Amino acid sequence: MLHIKCPYCGIRSQNEFAYGGDASVKRPELNKDVPDKEWDDFVYNRKSLRGKHIELWHHVSGCRQWFKAQRDTATHEIFKTATMNEEI
Amino acid sequence: MSQEFRIKEKGYINRNKLINFKFNGKSYTGYEGDTLASALLANGIHLVGRSFKYHRPRGFFAAGVDEPNAKLQVKLNGHSEPNVNATEIELVEGISATSQNCWPSVDFDVGAINNLLNKFFPAGFYYKTFMWPKSFWYKIYEPFIRKAAGLGVASTEKDRERYEHKFEYCDLLVTGSGPAGLASAYAAAKSGAKVILAEDKHRFGGSLLMDDVSIDNLSGKDWADKIISELKEMPNVTVKNRSQIFGYYDHNMLVMFERTGDHLEKKSEFTPRQRLWYIRCKEVILSTGSIERPIVFGNNDTPGVMLSSGAKEYMKVYGVLVGRKPIIFTNNDSAYETAIEFKNNGADPLILDTRKEQDSDLINEAKNKGINIKFNHAVIKANGYKKVKSATIGELSEDKTKYDNISTIKCDCICVSGFWTPSVHLTSQSGNKLKFNKEIDAFIPDKSKQNEITIGAANGSFTLHDSINAGFHAGNEVSKKINNKNVDVQIPTVTEKKHNTHDKFWCAPLPKNIKAKRFVDFQNDVSVTDIEIALREGYRSIEHVKRYTTLGMATDQGRTSNLNGLQLVSNIENKIVPEVGHTTFRPPFTPVTIGTIVGREVGKHFMPTRLTPMHNWHIKNNAVFVDAGAWKRPRYYKIGNENMLEAANREAKNVRDKVGICDVTTLGKIDVKGPDAAEFLNRVYTNAWMKLPIGKARYGVMLREDGMVMDDGTTTRISENHYHMTTTTAQAANVLSHLEYYLQIVWPELNVNVLSTTEQWAGAALAGPKSRDVLAKLFPNLNVSNESLPFMGFTEGDLFGVPARIFRISFSGELAYEINVKSDHGLFMWEKIMEIGKEFGIQPYGTEALSTLRIEMGHVAGPELDGRTIPYDVSLDGMVSKKKDFIGKRSLSKSAFNQSDRQKIVGLVPIDRKTSIPEGSHLVIDKNAKLPNPKLGHVSSSCWSVENNNPFSLAILKDGKNMIGKKLFAVSPLKNKSIEVEVISSHYVDHEGKRVRS
Ligand SMILES: [Zn+2]
Repeated sequence: MLHIKCPYCGIRSQNEFAYGGDASVKRPELNKDVPDKEWDDFVYNRKSLRGKHIELWHHVSGCRQWFKAQRDTATHEIFKTATMNEEI
Repeated sequence: MSQEFRIKEKGYINRNKLINFKFNGKSYTGYEGDTLASALLANGIHLVGRSFKYHRPRGFFAAGVDEPNAKLQVKLNGHSEPNVNATEIELVEGISATSQNCWPSVDFDVGAINNLLNKFFPAGFYYKTFMWPKSFWYKIYEPFIRKAAGLGVASTEKDRERYEHKFEYCDLLVTGSGPAGLASAYAAAKSGAKVILAEDKHRFGGSLLMDDVSIDNLSGKDWADKIISELKEMPNVTVKNRSQIFGYYDHNMLVMFERTGDHLEKKSEFTPRQRLWYIRCKEVILSTGSIERPIVFGNNDTPGVMLSSGAKEYMKVYGVLVGRKPIIFTNNDSAYETAIEFKNNGADPLILDTRKEQDSDLINEAKNKGINIKFNHAVIKANGYKKVKSATIGELSEDKTKYDNISTIKCDCICVSGFWTPSVHLTSQSGNKLKFNKEIDAFIPDKSKQNEITIGAANGSFTLHDSINAGFHAGNEVSKKINNKNVDVQIPTVTEKKHNTHDKFWCAPLPKNIKAKRFVDFQNDVSVTDIEIALREGYRSIEHVKRYTTLGMATDQGRTSNLNGLQLVSNIENKIVPEVGHTTFRPPFTPVTIGTIVGREVGKHFMPTRLTPMHNWHIKNNAVFVDAGAWKRPRYYKIGNENMLEAANREAKNVRDKVGICDVTTLGKIDVKGPDAAEFLNRVYTNAWMKLPIGKARYGVMLREDGMVMDDGTTTRISENHYHMTTTTAQAANVLSHLEYYLQIVWPELNVNVLSTTEQWAGAALAGPKSRDVLAKLFPNLNVSNESLPFMGFTEGDLFGVPARIFRISFSGELAYEINVKSDHGLFMWEKIMEIGKEFGIQPYGTEALSTLRIEMGHVAGPELDGRTIPYDVSLDGMVSKKKDFIGKRSLSKSAFNQSDRQKIVGLVPIDRKTSIPEGSHLVIDKNAKLPNPKLGHVSSSCWSVENNNPFSLAILKDGKNMIGKKLFAVSPLKNKSIEVEVISSHYVDHEGKRVRS
């Protein structure tokens, strides 16, 4: 079980969190013509990379904040976590 | 005679306490401090079970966790547990054990015929034989395999024992209390670090209990006792025996089970049987020691053949002599200690050493004691069926592939030692690679991946000096890391005997004229021949050889077999072992009971239960409950002998004719507040929200970004910047996370806050033509006319002193209201409504009637909003704004969602107007068409229409728009039903929606 540092609450066990996927995905702006490919990339297409991955986690059983984490998908090492406003 | 193999005054057992126990129905005695294994051996019992595949007689092979044979069915405290390792369970009064995998008895086992038919059971037998003919599988092969593969018998009764879970944090966890573990725990503890020391056995000390060594002029055991008692005094140290670390997970989370109950003669009902520990550690020291490896020879599974270290442990720790005329078969020095111990206890040992004649401290001591040693010798095979009677031995040729002289020698046990294998299971579980160490011919840990280090015999250092030094050094390193200081302790002086190099001899060759099976893996009955066959048939990867032969796949995880298997493969393939590689170790290290894993989370504690404030009223009024997530909701209220359908129909009819009341507390409620709340709702829902006036509710549909309907519900504008959103019971948590995602990540510029208020409000739905009459009496000061409080209106009122929110919304299609009060007043509100509604014929209704009412109306719910339907599919496309953008809108323009024959919701009635249609039925044109019969859709919800008095269903049907009036078949292979149905509109009653507005 992972040990995850919520930027607001500190280190907590993985079972307090929900995984939120790739943090680099940006939602296309509202009220804008979005080509099919761009929309499909946003909704469906994800890289399944091995190595460092910047991803979203949600502290559901805690402060209910979404935040970013940099994690190695192969070793599960978490290098850094940051609030949504911070760079990672 | 009782305990005839007990040695006088030896061992650490309590001879003042005699313990009675039973094995295979016969009564025996042992002492407190015995294991079941040592007590049986003290009584001369070696034959304890039959092997898995060939049903060959098997005896004790080891004295600890490495035991592959002695798996017993054990009865204790009224429960029966299979596959218990007799070497690990402590003897307590009243314990009763039986052999497994034998019928009718361990002495005479019918299954042993498999042994004679062994030509038919080669490697891959199951894969090859049971493949054809296919039709034989269910009726012949599977039942046969199940019967033949029966080890123990799982209990069918409820486990009445108590199991507990514990969460713990520490600076350092030390696994194993041998010399390295004790030294490291002691050093780290002295620096003030928070230390947990875990030992799987009942006694601390590991090899110090057995080995002939001294530390600071104390015997190994006395030194271990001294260190343990000092550790126990320290407040920063937790010392745990009977505690097995069985799993090493990510981020230094280790899992341990502690045997807390089974060794107690009397325990209170609150004492758990076992306790599971989740331990999060800053640092871990793995001092798990090593396990002796056997040498493979013919009939090496005969009872009486055992590891040399096991024999020594039985003598030294338990005072039990496993034989009086033992043969010690070894390729190294350590077995000489066993021989010397035998001799000291009056037995007459013979040593067969595969090495050339040589001298060392131990060899000379054995010679001086007059022990007969034959160098250059090996055991070719053991003789005897249920117990070793003699051994066929041979003098090895120069290249050790043949024998020069073969003879037979009488013996009553054969103690075998093929050198030592570091116990690397936990380090492997932590993610480390292993590297092959040529000096010890075994794998040791490579670089540490997590904050962990392996020391002592587990790291391949087999001398006491190295283990103790590594222990103190590692403890000091931990203290530097944790407390930033060096430990001030003196490393003790150690006296031990120097050992000569071992011989790389792992498997005794079998001369052509001698027939015998040579087992590599005892628990899974894998022989040398099986491995040869696997390789001959082309299996090369060690992972494939493992799965094809099942080598190392039993519950003992191949502790005594893995390396011998690898050596065999490498010899045959002419490769060195590191090229062959090794298989991966996975948790658990040793079997763990399901009860321990589950802990207290059984029965009603399986998950938390959510109850509404009116729950006790429902119970008093004969509600039958249904689980809705964690909630308990009344499904129907039983009157007299009604069945569920009768009750639900009565309740639904009462709503249609008069008035009903339903507990809707479980609906998700979310407060949406802030100046941008309207803008936010406008983006979240498919319909327009910018112009909703204060005091009005609106129905909304929200989508996921992929265009699928996520949830629906009403949202009410309470005040300028305050909206009250409702969600379905099932989606409440998901919707809140979804809203938070958009507010925190996608549109952080919106000034909006969301908060779950589900548990703050109790809700009652008042539905039916008489509901306004009830409402008027509940709120005499309020104008509840259709003009003042129209459909989708909202107002606040005073319910006999309790502030209430009144929403005019309807789920049933009838004139209806929903009243909310603070949870504390929920029961008061409910009872008031029942009291005042009495004259209007009010009745409570449950979820079954609720479903009936909404299905009749064609209202969609969970079964239709299953994550695979877009608004069009469920006839919610009228709710989709063309003017504004919202979550998921872009997906709706995808071509697949706009095909002319797109699936759509329809209604179904059976042609006979009698047979109800099972939910989940598939819709097909021709029920007798050849398979695969094209499926046009499925039945999502079914009810008995109380309005029309016949069955009615909703279905999602391909080209549903153009199918009205067509006839189809609803087929349910599960219920073995096929029903002819007619497709009709999904709105079965009140087509124009007049009632809700009346
Ligand atoms: Zn948090």
